Amino acid sequence: MCLQLTYVVKSGLVGFPLHQLNTKILPTLSATIPTPFPLVFSAPIVSFLSFIFSSPLSLPSSPPIFSPFPSSLPIRKKMATAFSPSKFAAQPFPLNTTSQNNPLTIPTIASPFLGSTRKLIRLCSSSNLNLRRRSGTVVAVSDVVKENKSKSTPNLLITKEEGLELYEDMVLGRAFEDMCAQMYYRGKMFGFVHLYNGQEAVSTGFIKLLKQQDSVVSTYRDHVHALSKGVSARAVMSELFGKTTGCCRGQGGSMHMFSREHNVLGGFAFIGEGIPVATGAAFTSKYKREVLKEVDCDHVTLAFFGDGTCNNGQFFECLNMAALWKLPIVFVVENNLWAIGMSHLRATSDPQIYKKGPAFGMPGVHVDGMDVLKVREVAKEAIGRARRGEGPTLVECETYRFRGHSLADPDELRDPAEKAHYAARDPITALKKYLTENNLTSEADLKAIDKKIDEVVEEAVEFADESPVPPRSQLLENVFADPKGFGIGPDGRYRCEDPKFTEGTAQV
Amino acid sequence: MGFRNIIGRRLGLGLVRRRKPFSTATCDGDGNGNAKSINLYSAINQALHIALETDNRAFVFGEDVSFGGVFRCTTGLADRFGKARVFNTPLCEQGIVGFGIGLAAMGNRAIAEIQFADYIYPAFDQIVNEAAKFRYRSGNQFNCGGLTIRAPYGAVGHGGHYHSQSPEAFFCHVPGIKVVIPRSPRQAKGLLLSCIRDPNPVVFFEPKWLYRLAVEEVPEHDYMLPLSEAEVIRQGSDITLVGWGAQLSVMEQACNEAEKDGISCELIDLKTLLPWDKETVEASVRKTGRVLISHEAPVTGGFGAEISASIVERCFLRLEAPVARVCGLDTPFPLVFEPFYMPTKNKILDAIKATVNY
Repeated sequence: MCLQLTYVVKSGLVGFPLHQLNTKILPTLSATIPTPFPLVFSAPIVSFLSFIFSSPLSLPSSPPIFSPFPSSLPIRKKMATAFSPSKFAAQPFPLNTTSQNNPLTIPTIASPFLGSTRKLIRLCSSSNLNLRRRSGTVVAVSDVVKENKSKSTPNLLITKEEGLELYEDMVLGRAFEDMCAQMYYRGKMFGFVHLYNGQEAVSTGFIKLLKQQDSVVSTYRDHVHALSKGVSARAVMSELFGKTTGCCRGQGGSMHMFSREHNVLGGFAFIGEGIPVATGAAFTSKYKREVLKEVDCDHVTLAFFGDGTCNNGQFFECLNMAALWKLPIVFVVENNLWAIGMSHLRATSDPQIYKKGPAFGMPGVHVDGMDVLKVREVAKEAIGRARRGEGPTLVECETYRFRGHSLADPDELRDPAEKAHYAARDPITALKKYLTENNLTSEADLKAIDKKIDEVVEEAVEFADESPVPPRSQLLENVFADPKGFGIGPDGRYRCEDPKFTEGTAQV
Repeated sequence: MGFRNIIGRRLGLGLVRRRKPFSTATCDGDGNGNAKSINLYSAINQALHIALETDNRAFVFGEDVSFGGVFRCTTGLADRFGKARVFNTPLCEQGIVGFGIGLAAMGNRAIAEIQFADYIYPAFDQIVNEAAKFRYRSGNQFNCGGLTIRAPYGAVGHGGHYHSQSPEAFFCHVPGIKVVIPRSPRQAKGLLLSCIRDPNPVVFFEPKWLYRLAVEEVPEHDYMLPLSEAEVIRQGSDITLVGWGAQLSVMEQACNEAEKDGISCELIDLKTLLPWDKETVEASVRKTGRVLISHEAPVTGGFGAEISASIVERCFLRLEAPVARVCGLDTPFPLVFEPFYMPTKNKILDAIKATVNY
């Protein structure tokens, strides 16, 4: 019976993701997937990998080594579970029949601005028809693999340009973070620095689909989100060094990357604090479109956060608000299984975070976050939903951080076997393999990109080194809107320029 | 280097010259019995071991406590007392403290850890509205006295906005809870044990800068230090300095420098901020006539304001100079500008001289 459900595109894209599987750990299985539940996609059906899950109660008390959903657990012989298309359905029927949830009854809301759910149901039912027509296209995995061998390039997920763009972005993220580590150990930057190695597929997969006016809200692990969104490597590196040319003029450091130009609404040191901010930003774009009638304002907001945050009250509050008001937001969970030293499985009653989406009335999607193409396909759909005004989506990306929580973390708690498992699924290597195997590009091109990125990062470091340190007066700026409110004394000069303001014992 | 010795020597001497005996101490804390030289996080670790040993309904919980915590304060507890008593919570401060209140209300000793004091704000509601008022509004039928909340606070040199804050002032405004801040390992162990056993909810702020830096001889046995008693850790006659936590070491250095200029400073460690020992400070101010308060939190609305107002109320005619406050600036805690923000030794020295020469 089904151990896993794989929805494959008719065009046989599945060749790529399958190669990524360590089949000993995650046995794939072929089955025709009956689809009694509707898919709301208007885009071609995409392929997702999903894991099966048994009831949380049967999880072992110590976390399994490789994946949250090890195949050694008793598999319930049920049909379409986990990742089924109904995750995108308006009616949040959880397909995992081991759960006790009842289908929600969706209340209707009268206000036209905040949307009526009646419309949504009707939309859903029309696409039901679409889906039933399409359900014939869902084929067994093994069939499609065979098909793939005879198909040619037009069935690939990306074009050469897109592929190179994704590759470049991921390599930039990786090279930048590695350089950060070097600089930290040389004492050029200080503070708490959290690196993103290993999770690049999520950032690239999602953010490369955004426009400049779309907003991104991140966590303390935000360097790569800022870079993917378009903030220059120089600005981010200078910010890390605490220089005036940094994106926040050196004020915040590693965990506080903001950019007005690229609509990066911040890194947030505090977990979960960014999610309500993202919700507010999404509301603004919906308001502008529907009330102020700026028709081309279809800006989407992405909120990135981790697995630990999903146990925090702010997360749930925002899921509720976003679903209630059908905000154009995508909640992206970067589930890297660890919150400093706390395993996600030991901290969460139901570790399958995407199931929390349907509980609030929005689709919940699980995707393999180490595979940029899969993430991109899911992101396309989720962002598309938000742009069309269909409301929020919760996307859980299963990913992994190759380094410790921060540069001060000795990273002793994680099983080396687990680390090795995910290191073998390095998103950059995977994409490289995909691009070369499908003849989208050559090794030489990719090496040229690597070299170019190395130069960019080195230049960023030089730039940051040579940039000036902010003047002391900057300390008192921007506390309030009016700088004279606090930082300026009665003689009109900044208080810190007053001769009585004594020099500190350290030079900055 | 000199800094460690200062803490070791000065505090030891201060204890010998104390004026009030320790009323609730099970020993005099003066090194009776074995005393080992350990740092702050080890002292706190010892205190927690003793607390869990002596009460089988005591629990330690918080984020990442089971492997030892990000500052190693809870190492060994989970192995020794089991996961039913020392356990990790999910990342929800509001939930952690509220849950602790419930445990305490049912008669357990709940020792909650908030990973950084900067993260205590989601729990602020539970602390202010529930913990502080539980006994009061239930007419003494229930109380959450068994609750102790431990949080590392204060600047650490590179913490930035969210790993360096000093929120003690917010909590000092809440009747119903106690706020305690130790200055050194020996104080920390005794005070923490007193807080845990105190029949009122306590917020215990630990100066994170001192976790590894402060090393002192700490007795290995169980001892408690009294709450709401300030300690004069350096005698003087020209000016009284009042502080708590890590700031005391900075003030100590300033006192040493001022001594070279002939100014004799009396240094008081408040230890408990709420309810604070007004008598000791008042007696000292009556002796010297001048007072200077220093803390890392921003000056406006900081706890120094309360001390200043109370002292002026009580000692107005005795004061020879306005009450000086050398505190952090009124900005969010900065990253690169930390040295300019902080109340450094030089700023304190300047203020001492200005006050004495008023």
